[in-house]
Amino acid sequence: MNEEDVDRIDRNRRHFLTVATAVTGAVGIGFASIPFLSSLKPSARAQALGAPVEVPIGTMEPGEMLRVLWRGKLVFILRRTKEMLRRLPENLNRLKDPTSAIIEQQPDYAANATRSVNPEFLVVIGSCTHLGCAPLEDFEVRPSDNWNGGFFCPCHGSKFDLAGRVYKGVPAPSNLRIPPHRFVRDDLLLIGLHTGEA
Amino acid sequence: MSRIEAEVGKPQGGIMQWIDERFPWTETMKYHITEYYASKNFNFWYVFGVLAMLVLVIQLVTGIFLTMNYKPSALEAFASVEYIMRDVEWGWLIRYMHSTGASFFFIVVYLHMFRAMLYGSYKKPRELVWLIGMVIFFVLMAEAFAGYLLPWGQMSYWGAQVIISLFGAIPGIGEAIVELIRGDYSISDITLNRFFALHVVVLPLALISLVLVHIVALHQVGSLNPDGIEIKEQKGPDGIPLDGIAFHPYYTTKDLVAIIIFMMAFSGVMFFAPDMGGYFLEHANYEPANLTATPEHISPVWYFTPFYAILRAVPDKLWGATMMAVAVILPVFLPWLDRSRVKSIRYRGWIYKFALTCFAISFVVLGWLGTKPPDTLYTIAARIFSAVYFAFFLLMPYYTTIDKTKPVPDRVVYHG
Repeated sequence: MNEEDVDRIDRNRRHFLTVATAVTGAVGIGFASIPFLSSLKPSARAQALGAPVEVPIGTMEPGEMLRVLWRGKLVFILRRTKEMLRRLPENLNRLKDPTSAIIEQQPDYAANATRSVNPEFLVVIGSCTHLGCAPLEDFEVRPSDNWNGGFFCPCHGSKFDLAGRVYKGVPAPSNLRIPPHRFVRDDLLLIGLHTGEA
Repeated sequence: MSRIEAEVGKPQGGIMQWIDERFPWTETMKYHITEYYASKNFNFWYVFGVLAMLVLVIQLVTGIFLTMNYKPSALEAFASVEYIMRDVEWGWLIRYMHSTGASFFFIVVYLHMFRAMLYGSYKKPRELVWLIGMVIFFVLMAEAFAGYLLPWGQMSYWGAQVIISLFGAIPGIGEAIVELIRGDYSISDITLNRFFALHVVVLPLALISLVLVHIVALHQVGSLNPDGIEIKEQKGPDGIPLDGIAFHPYYTTKDLVAIIIFMMAFSGVMFFAPDMGGYFLEHANYEPANLTATPEHISPVWYFTPFYAILRAVPDKLWGATMMAVAVILPVFLPWLDRSRVKSIRYRGWIYKFALTCFAISFVVLGWLGTKPPDTLYTIAARIFSAVYFAFFLLMPYYTTIDKTKPVPDRVVYHG
């Protein structure tokens, strides 16, 4: 290439072409990455397996607790005794978020003092809101420990009362979650569908 | 080609010349091995790099053979590991080699990193060697974590539950990230399958490439030594550093001794205590994953416990996760936190020696605390030692500036 030719190089044009090619390539990579990233999301089958589960509750005794899996998540169904319900308000000033006002952890129809549709039945996801361990039940009332019965997480020591509300001074940031659920009949609970939804 | 030329190692014609004209084989061998000059006063702290590479090879070979019998499915995984242990010929040996290798990988990597802190190997001009090494460390942690889910035991499942939940602490997008990692609404068959892909394809490929890059970066600047002296500053008339000796045959033979001693320790554990009293293989993992009950006591494998103790020391989810992440990442900044004029601990003052001792003690004690249940007394201890851990890094710019250093000699020194 002689000097005349070098002078005739249109550097702006070169620069434009380089940038345009790079931008086109980057946009292409951006679009091409969508299928790959989307393939990592829960698949159609995973979503289908997340269908609601029916739980017969007719034979449950007061004080009895069932553990069922919904979407692979552990759900506790506790039939609370009258005594358990009577003690719930006693915990109020020792709870971090007694009304679940700070973080929404339940559907509207369970946003009440007992966090339930039917006060007798507590339906909560048995996954500690700290790091997801399954809390253990400890329903024994021990006035000496100031313990009215509830759930205790063995991993990092978080404590919840019998409405799944978190106590102060433990690592869990919020109350146990209440899954969408409805009572189809008095003796049949459906987990995964909201109360009052078609 | 004359005979004399052949004797002095010039291109010899024949097959080697044919190759060298097409691929820089001889040149590469010289540059990285036979004419790579390392300081002649390396002590035993300098064997852990080679040992880490040895463990990488052990893990790759045993891992490949394990995949030939392992089934990455929630229904079959646990049983397939039992099958490897009982029915596959020598399967128990291959699997114990792999599980023991995982723990030894972290032992040698932690010692390798501590060597860098002793002799200032991360300081200018080796910052990039250190940074690449830190990336290797992060990939290794991910690799170990993904691998731990594969046997689908109780601790596999609940350990993964806890660690993945940590990402949920990120405000706003946390839950979406967690779902993207799991690929499901909870840890399931889908999660196991993708962790398998990460563990046997993605992360090992990353590890191998990064190790090569780490070595190329090291050979560009040259290895440091226990005196923290740049041997390239004192060269002989032949252009070779006066204190340098060729990596091969000198250090290859020396490393061979280290490898033999290492393999004796490795075999001892593998044959006589493969679970190392529950530290290398946790007892809860001898039970298949049970989605409805967390084990009574849950803790990660020993190599994650120092960071786990820091997580637990903070009584808040977001802050706990943040402090843990910071604790893992902080060493990245060592090249810039350390303002000392000398590299090696041999010529540093008492302040750095004291600080490094406190750091080492706090790391070990945190590791021990992380294996213990969340008791009040243990939590207080974990807070104190976490503070020491962070202070070591955050106060470093200050105490390395005021620390009195000794004069550094021009040539390396032998001790004993």
